[in-house]
Amino acid sequence: MWDFFWRRLTGLIVVMALVATLVFFLTRLAPGDPAALMLGDQASAADIAALRAVYGLDQPLLVQFGLWLKEILKGNLGQSIFLQRPVTQALLERAEPTFFLALFSVLIAALIGIPAGIVSAVWRGRLVDQIVSALAMLSANIPSFWLGLLFIQFFAVKWHLFPVAGYGDPGAPLLERLRHLVLPATVLGLVNSALITRFTRASMLDILSEDFIRTARSKGLAEGVVVWRHAFGNALIPVITVVGLTAALLVGGAIVTETVFGLPGIGNLVVSAVLRRDYPVIQGALIVVAAIYVLINLAVDLIYAWVDPRVRAQ
Amino acid sequence: MTVLHAQMALFLKRLFRRRLVLLAALILSVLVISALLAHWVAPFDPSVMKLVRRLKPPSDVNWLGTDEFGRDILSRIIFGARASLGIGFLVVIFSMGIGTVLGLLAGYIKTLDAPIMRLADAMMALPDILLAIFLMAVLGPSAGNVVLALSIVYAPRVVRVVRASTLVVSALPFVEAARALGVSTFRILRVHILLNIASPILVQATFIFAYAVLAEAGLSFLGAGVPPEVPTWGTMIAAGQQYADDAFWVVLFPGLAIVMAALSLQLIGDGLRDMLDPKLRKAL
Amino acid sequence: MGGISDQSAFKQDAPLLAVDTLSVSFRQEDGVSTPVRDVSLTLHQGETLALVGESGSGKSVTSLAIMGLLPRPAGFISSGKIRFQTRAKQTVDLARLSFDGMRQLRGREMAMIFQEPMTSLNPVLTIGEQIAETVRLHLGLSGRALQTHVKAQLDLVEIPDAARRMDDYPHQMSGGMRQRVMIALAMACQPSLLIADEPTTALDVTIQAQILLLIDRLRRETGMAVLFITHNLGVVAEIADRVTVMYAGQVVETAQTVPLFRKAAHPYTSALLSCLPARAKADASGLRRLVPITGQPGVFGKACAFAPRCPHAAALCEIHPPELELTDGGAVRCLRWRELA
Repeated sequence: MWDFFWRRLTGLIVVMALVATLVFFLTRLAPGDPAALMLGDQASAADIAALRAVYGLDQPLLVQFGLWLKEILKGNLGQSIFLQRPVTQALLERAEPTFFLALFSVLIAALIGIPAGIVSAVWRGRLVDQIVSALAMLSANIPSFWLGLLFIQFFAVKWHLFPVAGYGDPGAPLLERLRHLVLPATVLGLVNSALITRFTRASMLDILSEDFIRTARSKGLAEGVVVWRHAFGNALIPVITVVGLTAALLVGGAIVTETVFGLPGIGNLVVSAVLRRDYPVIQGALIVVAAIYVLINLAVDLIYAWVDPRVRAQ
Repeated sequence: MTVLHAQMALFLKRLFRRRLVLLAALILSVLVISALLAHWVAPFDPSVMKLVRRLKPPSDVNWLGTDEFGRDILSRIIFGARASLGIGFLVVIFSMGIGTVLGLLAGYIKTLDAPIMRLADAMMALPDILLAIFLMAVLGPSAGNVVLALSIVYAPRVVRVVRASTLVVSALPFVEAARALGVSTFRILRVHILLNIASPILVQATFIFAYAVLAEAGLSFLGAGVPPEVPTWGTMIAAGQQYADDAFWVVLFPGLAIVMAALSLQLIGDGLRDMLDPKLRKAL
Repeated sequence: MGGISDQSAFKQDAPLLAVDTLSVSFRQEDGVSTPVRDVSLTLHQGETLALVGESGSGKSVTSLAIMGLLPRPAGFISSGKIRFQTRAKQTVDLARLSFDGMRQLRGREMAMIFQEPMTSLNPVLTIGEQIAETVRLHLGLSGRALQTHVKAQLDLVEIPDAARRMDDYPHQMSGGMRQRVMIALAMACQPSLLIADEPTTALDVTIQAQILLLIDRLRRETGMAVLFITHNLGVVAEIADRVTVMYAGQVVETAQTVPLFRKAAHPYTSALLSCLPARAKADASGLRRLVPITGQPGVFGKACAFAPRCPHAAALCEIHPPELELTDGGAVRCLRWRELA
């Protein structure tokens, strides 16, 4: 079990290294002098030259990369051009809404997707299955921002059930702030539940055709026990994988949803950074997001290994 | 009846058995044809502004209502299809192109496998939209850049699928036989392997088309996609957002168009996958 | 037609299991197929009936139909009866019994062991738990009594160090061990009928003998009836009291084991027997050669299914389908059996 962990960790490091490389070099591809871009139109030639020295922009690209990498590993993601503060600080300030949004969305997606997948697998081919599969297919193809706008119109504006946008007062109690997340989390959860539904259904179908299910039935067990304890007990393992995958996907999905609902999260930060060419923020956010994604995948692998007795024994 | 005839007959029989896929294909055809024949199909000129008729709800004259400039929404949707579907289609072409080449190499040549797959993994470590936004930031807003950015974003998926199929096919005896006969690697890849992995590639293509349409809409909505002057379904929703309270149809109908396009494509992709996979023939 | 009450000199009381002209069909994408047609067999308490046939002859499907384990909704019993005598001394028709009714019988009064011990056990539950499940359900035991009973089952099937092995997972055991666990599972509630579907086919030859002896011993100790499905005549000779032979979904012969091996009535059975290495007759040079069954497997005649491969086939055999006729101790489905005897 331990060397499974170490192997995954090294693979992870390789991937992160590649991501960092991609991020750095692609950013440098952007037209224009980075220092001039960073300082804006009003900068003087002297200022630009000074900044170039600070960032080592006169040095060969590889040296710059090395310097940048060194800073990243020290935890210094650079300074945001427009926000006048370290990128790390900007990210941390905005972490809360994104974190809770992602968390609730995963929960909602799993609460919708897993039962739907089980039901459509057990009653395969019947009306329930067709309806569930159709709904899953539909929800996977709805643009989340559009659904968000629809939800806002009906639940917030017309029926006043939830706040329209924003995250409320920073000083307000947590629960009040979280109320702002109900609509966005539902939208994200709905749209992302489709993958979980399809995957759970497929896993359940595979498992239900295995020999040991026949053995369980031959013991005279109630069908419910067979489905839940025996079939889903085995399906749990791949299902955990897909829930983890969804959690990772949500990091991306949150970006658009935060924009629609005006939530001051990381996603929103990235979008405005992109529009303003705030490169340090863009780079920092990308590294952080990739790291989160990769860590979630590692966590899922570890849970998988822990839950499956066949792997645990090794 | 030759073997090919028999295969095609079976394919068509399965196609017609699946009414849903047929319906999806029909809807997609309607969208594509109206996009191509937009000038004749659209009831109004999409750029003509009639400020006196701005923000009117659906009526006999404007079936889907008018936007903030009095432009007919139905016509704008039809013309918007050209951009939205066109971009999607080009993304498929390019991502398939890059992805297939890289996937074939990764699957067939052992030494190239690890580096290509690590690169693909690294790219897939970033959420699609985020990577797309990032690339757009680097490239600058234009329809062409959207195509390029999304092609890069989706290429790794193609690489994975192609590589997996290539690995399977490469292990088959007839490939070994070809190698033994001294057939060049290039020819083996092009003729023997490529033809045999056509089915999963085709299925993946339809899915990527759907993803691309959705992604373009998202990017344009965020303002990181095509410039706002270009009428795509995404920019229409972005522009209509502020009028949503009073004139919801401005946002509703372009969104429905996106859903219809993406949904049809996914249904077709699923249907194709079922029809082309001989192993999926199970009893009721 | 019938063939139910064959004159089995073994037991004069009513049979435990009487399958009467059973037909099983499957709904498929392109129509309905009927892999089991008109099958009749009987089984008495304490006896072992071997159900013999090649792959595809319908023997497994028959056993699944008896247990009510046909894959739903594709598989269904299209006609016939399956009379079973319950512990409460009632005779029920399993073919007509409700799903819940079958469920109560399964595991408690009738049990089945399968061919693939490697995949027939749930990988994420311990073997102790898998056995405990049936016992808890049917016998209502719990706590210490449950644990003791489970351990006793493992001892019964000769698994060493049972107390510790109870907490093992299936993947920690060898194929032979797993099959023993399957048997323990099946026997846990003392069923009166055990159906064994080729339990030794997937095992090493050395283990096969052990498992066969185990099953036979358990039968003698508990008095249960065993329906043993196999394609291996060697196994049949070892443990069966009576034999029913199937070909292309139908019963072609039923007889007691010893008389059958001495002289089979149906040409297919004779052909099967002559395939045995021990039966090979020495040829001119003194070497004993195997004689394969002529013709292609899977090619069936329109009237008699075996006709295309039968060395004694006559013109009539391609026209008139043979019925199952009673013989002196069994039954045969052949138009010419009297002449060939």
